Amino acid sequence: MLSIIYGVLFYLATFLLVFGLAMKIWLYAKTPAPLKIPTMPAPLTKTGVGFRLFREVAFFESLFKSNKWIWLFGYIFHVALLLVLLRHFRYFQTDVWWWIKIIQPFGIYAGFAMLLALGALFLRRIILQRIRYISSPSDYLMLLLLLGIAGSGLAIKFVSNTDIIAVKSFMLGLLRFQIGDLPTHPALLVHLGLVIILMIIFPISKLLHGVGVFFSPTRNQPDDSRNKRHLAAWAKELEEDEKNG
Amino acid sequence: MVELDIKHKRGSEPLDPLAIPKIACGAMADLKPYPAHAQHNTDLGFPAELIDNWKEVAIAKIGELAKKNRAFKVYLDICVKCGACTDKCHYFLGTGDPKNMPVARQDLLRSVYRRYFTFAGKYFPWLVGAKDLTKEILDEWYTYFHQCSQCRRCSVFCPYGIDTAEISMAAREVLNSVGMGQKYCNEIIAKAEKIGNNLGLNPKALRATLEDLEEDLEDETGQKVRLPLDEKGADILLITPSADFFAEPHIDGLLGYAKVFHQAGASWTISSYASEAANFGMFIGSYENMRELSLRIRKAALDLGVKRIIFGECGHAWRVAYSFLNTLAGPFDFLDQNYPIPQHIIEYTHDLIQKGELKFDKSKNDEFRVTFHDSCNVARGSGMGGIKGGQFTLPREVLKACCNHYFDMDRDTIKESTLCCAGGGGLLTDELMDLRIKGASPRMKALRQVSNENGVTHMAAICAICKTQFSKIMPKYDYEMDDVLSVHQLVSNAIILDEPEQNDTKNEDSVEK
Repeated sequence: MLSIIYGVLFYLATFLLVFGLAMKIWLYAKTPAPLKIPTMPAPLTKTGVGFRLFREVAFFESLFKSNKWIWLFGYIFHVALLLVLLRHFRYFQTDVWWWIKIIQPFGIYAGFAMLLALGALFLRRIILQRIRYISSPSDYLMLLLLLGIAGSGLAIKFVSNTDIIAVKSFMLGLLRFQIGDLPTHPALLVHLGLVIILMIIFPISKLLHGVGVFFSPTRNQPDDSRNKRHLAAWAKELEEDEKNG
Repeated sequence: MVELDIKHKRGSEPLDPLAIPKIACGAMADLKPYPAHAQHNTDLGFPAELIDNWKEVAIAKIGELAKKNRAFKVYLDICVKCGACTDKCHYFLGTGDPKNMPVARQDLLRSVYRRYFTFAGKYFPWLVGAKDLTKEILDEWYTYFHQCSQCRRCSVFCPYGIDTAEISMAAREVLNSVGMGQKYCNEIIAKAEKIGNNLGLNPKALRATLEDLEEDLEDETGQKVRLPLDEKGADILLITPSADFFAEPHIDGLLGYAKVFHQAGASWTISSYASEAANFGMFIGSYENMRELSLRIRKAALDLGVKRIIFGECGHAWRVAYSFLNTLAGPFDFLDQNYPIPQHIIEYTHDLIQKGELKFDKSKNDEFRVTFHDSCNVARGSGMGGIKGGQFTLPREVLKACCNHYFDMDRDTIKESTLCCAGGGGLLTDELMDLRIKGASPRMKALRQVSNENGVTHMAAICAICKTQFSKIMPKYDYEMDDVLSVHQLVSNAIILDEPEQNDTKNEDSVEK
């Protein structure tokens, strides 16, 4: 019964994550930017813009300029999250890629790094007056959710092992649209349950920053307004309406 | 008095221009600008006064903006409340009011957007801080979105480039759409749209002013340095802020442009129809009004048959000109494509200096030890010279070409990190003086640093608003009101004009270079 619930929830969460994100990306892409507003100095070419976005996403360039502590904790968290995600690939592959095998131990270290960085971000949110002022309940809960995922994941590895072979075959089964047996291990159920929640809220929460940054006009526009005329579709209509009457 | 608390005496202990204040909730809650007169609202196409169904209209307007402007939608959606921007606004640094932290300012609108346009806000408002729109919230918007000078300093430091200026412009547009216009902005836009400039200076008065200035120029230089008005067939149309016609130190900048044009033998003219570079349509986030003002410039250029457009020293005007003019009033296929369209007077002067066509007697500026205040809209909203960061290097090179003593302020307070003068974005009005004084304190501390360390006596700027603002508030910080200078004022002081005989022939000949 529990396996079926988790199986169905996984399908639902995957659908909502993929469909929800696709919807948002489509919405952002089709919403016009009426004016050229890159934060200057901006790259003069599209290639330059590519590099600017890459530096933002790969190194958090602006955040580094802004605040070294947020940068440090935020960067550690995101890199650790990436490693942990990659480490989890092995649960979805019959033949695990060699490089996924290599990073397995690093994925473990990353799990601890994630806990520490999230903890630091959480403390910061509580202790610093300015950050506390701008925080809503959801801002704390988001950190707690991620802490819960990292904590329960590490608990499965270091406190009370689950039948990892069975978990893998459950996951591989889901990929073939078969719901197998999921071990009823408490930490595992908590871990997977929280992951499902995270997947569902991703497209309707601030987690959207992951895709939103690519659509930020201050970052993704080149500095070429004197050379190229930029005109939004609705502004073009405005001009044509005026001409016609 | 408040002024005294934040005054910094020469030689006092080390200053930190970016020192973070303690939070003072509600410190600026009572400061708001005068509401616009009914006539000024309707002139701009807005309701005369607060309409009965303001709530529905405001919410509908937010929905419309989220469809028409990607920046608005994306920025309301993706903020993670990391706090990186919280100590970046000069108004927060100067007042300590937490609602002047960029993210908190955005949240005033974001909380309402979430309530009506997002799943979480509709069903779990308490969780994400979503709020119903009430009259109190509308009033709070009026207060705090008129405590943002749209300088975009926060957008430099946001990991996603969230630009509070975009939110603040949108909020003002929402306010205007329900009849809550601001007097200073709307009155000025109405004037510029009817008469051609923010002052309401008619062509006759403008001509008289320019003739007076021509006489002054002749007295000073012994030469016929002209300030031509409405001269058809001139090569260059100069679009400059109308403050250049009457305010100090702006006028001295205008005289500087005239001398540069004179020395270059250029044929140029001012237009009485488009006698304003400033475009306050941007401050109220109104594409339509911004466009109407821009189209005046296009019309003037067509009517006068010019080949080039050059803008005088004005910060947000240059942002609109550089970044938006092509969009709003282009394409400018009727102008000479060999020159940037439009061009900045700094680019023009810089180019002549590079070519060795201008000569200076730098000693004429030896009484000044100068620093440069990067105006926010030029620094973060425009470019110069077709090179990345040209808006920082070109004005400095012009200054160094005509001054012997130049020093930069603290790196964290200049260039892309520059601090706003605290009078921009439609806030240069007397009833907001308290905010203007406090908001200028980070810049004044940075200036005091270089005064202490390098003996800097004067600060040059290339923005009409900066110049007016500083001449008004610098006395509160132990400087004189004339310690702020136009860049072209320093050019004007030092430029060596050729003897008249050579110039006369040059002047008649309209071909340049």
